Amino acid sequence: MNASELLQREFLPLRGKLIEVAATLDRLARAEGSPADDPRAQQIRRSLEILAGTTQGSDRAEQVQMAFSLPYDPKWRESFGGQ
Amino acid sequence: MEYFDPHVHVACRTTDDLELLARTGCVAVGEPAFWAGYDRSGPNSFYDYLRQLTEWEPKRAAQYGIQHYAWVGLNAKEAENLALAREVIAVLPEFLDRPNVLGVGEIGLNKNTRNEVATLEMLIDLALRGNEQMLFHTPHLADKYPGTRMILDLLRSDSRVDRSRVCIDHLEEHTIRLALDEGYWAGITLYPTTKATPERAADMIEVYGPERVLVNSSADWGPSRPLAVSDFIFEMRRRGHPDALVRKVVYDNPLEFFNQSRNFRFTPRE
Repeated sequence: MNASELLQREFLPLRGKLIEVAATLDRLARAEGSPADDPRAQQIRRSLEILAGTTQGSDRAEQVQMAFSLPYDPKWRESFGGQ
Repeated sequence: MEYFDPHVHVACRTTDDLELLARTGCVAVGEPAFWAGYDRSGPNSFYDYLRQLTEWEPKRAAQYGIQHYAWVGLNAKEAENLALAREVIAVLPEFLDRPNVLGVGEIGLNKNTRNEVATLEMLIDLALRGNEQMLFHTPHLADKYPGTRMILDLLRSDSRVDRSRVCIDHLEEHTIRLALDEGYWAGITLYPTTKATPERAADMIEVYGPERVLVNSSADWGPSRPLAVSDFIFEMRRRGHPDALVRKVVYDNPLEFFNQSRNFRFTPRE
C-alpha cells in the first residue's frame, strides 16, 4: 500500500482521533483549576510538540513513548547498594 | 487461521471466552502465573493457584479443543515481601516438572525496586539451575523503559542465559528493539488502552520484521480482549500482508519458542 492509499484509508480515523484529542484538551481547559504543574500535563504538551514537529521521521510513536517514560539510570545497581 | 495466544490468563476468563477463542482458530494458549488483583495471604494461596494452572485450566481449555500450557513463577507485583517470595520460590520446582509447564514466568519488575530485583534474581537463578525457559513481564507505563533495561542488564550479567530461550514480553515501540537486538524473543501485548493495539503491533512487525516476535492478548481480569490475536490477524490481512507472514507470527513463532521447553507436547490439527 503506498502513501496515498494509506492516507485515503487512514484519513477519517486519524481526523477523528485528532479531534478527540482537541476536545479532551478543551474539556481540560474548561474545567475548574489548572493542571499546568502536573507532570502529566507536561508530558502531554511534550507529546503534542513531537507530533507537531517538522521532522519527517517515522519514529514518532517511539518518541511519544519516551515522553511518557521515566529515565533509565545505567548506575542503578550502585544506587541499590552495589548489587 | 489457526493461531496460538502465547500469553493469556485463562483462569480469569469464562468458558464463553474459551469458546470464542476456539471459534476464531485458537489451538493453543500459554498461561503465565501472575497477580490475582489483590495480594495473596500466604504461600498456600500460591500453591493452590499453581495447581489451578497445571491441573484444572488444561482440562477446561481441552473441552474447547485448546491445548493449554503454563508458566510458573512469582509476579513482580508480589515480589516486595522477600520472606514470602522465598517460600513461594521453594514450591516452584514441584510444578516445573508437570506435563504442561513451559518454564518460569511471568517474572520481572513492576516498580523497579530493590526487593523486586532481589526476588527476580532468585527466580532467574532457579530457572537457570533447572535449564528452564523464561518469560519476562516488563513494567507498566512510565516504568516500562527503565525496567526493561534493568531486566536486560540482569540477564546480560549472567553467562548461563541462553537468549533464544527467553521471551521479554509487553514490549512497545520504545522497548522492542532493545530485546530484539540482544537476541531475545519479543512479546507484544494487545490491550484496549495500555500496551499496544493490533494496529501498532502490525506497525512493529512492518518495522522490525517477524523474526522472534510473539503477539498475545494477555487477557486477564482487567480491561483486555481475549480475541486480540484474532484482531491482529484481521489487521495484518487488511493491510494486504500474506497469510504466510501472519501465520509465522501467530503460529510458527510461538510453536518454535514453546518447543524449546522440555514439557511441551503439541499435537497439530490434522
